[in-house]
Amino acid sequence: MYLLVSFAVGLLFGLGLIVSGMENPAKVLGFLDLAGAWDPSLALVMAGAIAVGALGFAVAGRRARSWLGLPMRLPAERPVDRRLVAGGLLFGAGWGLAGFCPGPAVVALGAGYWQAGVFVASMLVGMAVYEVAERLGARRALKPS
Amino acid sequence: MHVDWAQFTPWAALAGGILIGLASIAFALLLGRIAGISGILAGLLRPQKSDLGWRIAFVGGLLAAPFIYSLADTLPALQIDTSLPLLVAAGLLVGLGTRYGSGCTSGHGVCGLSRFSSRSLVATLTFMAAGFNTVFLLRHVFS
Repeated sequence: MYLLVSFAVGLLFGLGLIVSGMENPAKVLGFLDLAGAWDPSLALVMAGAIAVGALGFAVAGRRARSWLGLPMRLPAERPVDRRLVAGGLLFGAGWGLAGFCPGPAVVALGAGYWQAGVFVASMLVGMAVYEVAERLGARRALKPS
Repeated sequence: MHVDWAQFTPWAALAGGILIGLASIAFALLLGRIAGISGILAGLLRPQKSDLGWRIAFVGGLLAAPFIYSLADTLPALQIDTSLPLLVAAGLLVGLGTRYGSGCTSGHGVCGLSRFSSRSLVATLTFMAAGFNTVFLLRHVFS
């Protein structure tokens, strides 16, 4: 049941990315190119998603359990820190290089574009590097100095 | 700045955005989680038996979307001009950055902003600014 729901939501998300045109890196780069011929579409994708999202999350935020009875795991508000900003800078730089962010890249991979495959594989390597770095950092922090 | 009216697709953008919003709130209301795609993918790298299934199912849904779409309509062709080395660099940066920053366009840009999270607002403004600057450098300085 949960698996089916998760699959259906992933599918709906992917269809939204295709309908909105955001699966296409050229369209994303058209938005990020403020100094060139600017395509504002991405702003409207976010506006549409946030308008719906704000309503839904207002309901979800007040619940202790989901409609299917699962515990709510929505992250608690935390302070802004250096890691958040540094991560955003790295992510944005990569986003601007190719016009791919994680969701559209996976959908484009599903559509059979090899470039998306290269991007997704590299992204997973980047994520794995983070995991390893974090684990090494945690080990160092545990050692008595 | 001048708007590229030929490329601007406001209605498709809004419609797709609404679908993305619906998917995000369905994920929260039904499964109690944030539909943050970078986080869902990263979780596949440190598999815990209990939550591997829904992660794979979600990614499977994303992968299946083009096929399902193609049953109803011709799939729009993508334009990808990025060279192989830049694709690799972009992937590495997005992978690292989304982990350090705890999220991407879906988790921060859609879900976080929908929840009025100040962290997500800062994250979104930061990655947008970095994206604007990267494209500016690539297209107008080093082109």
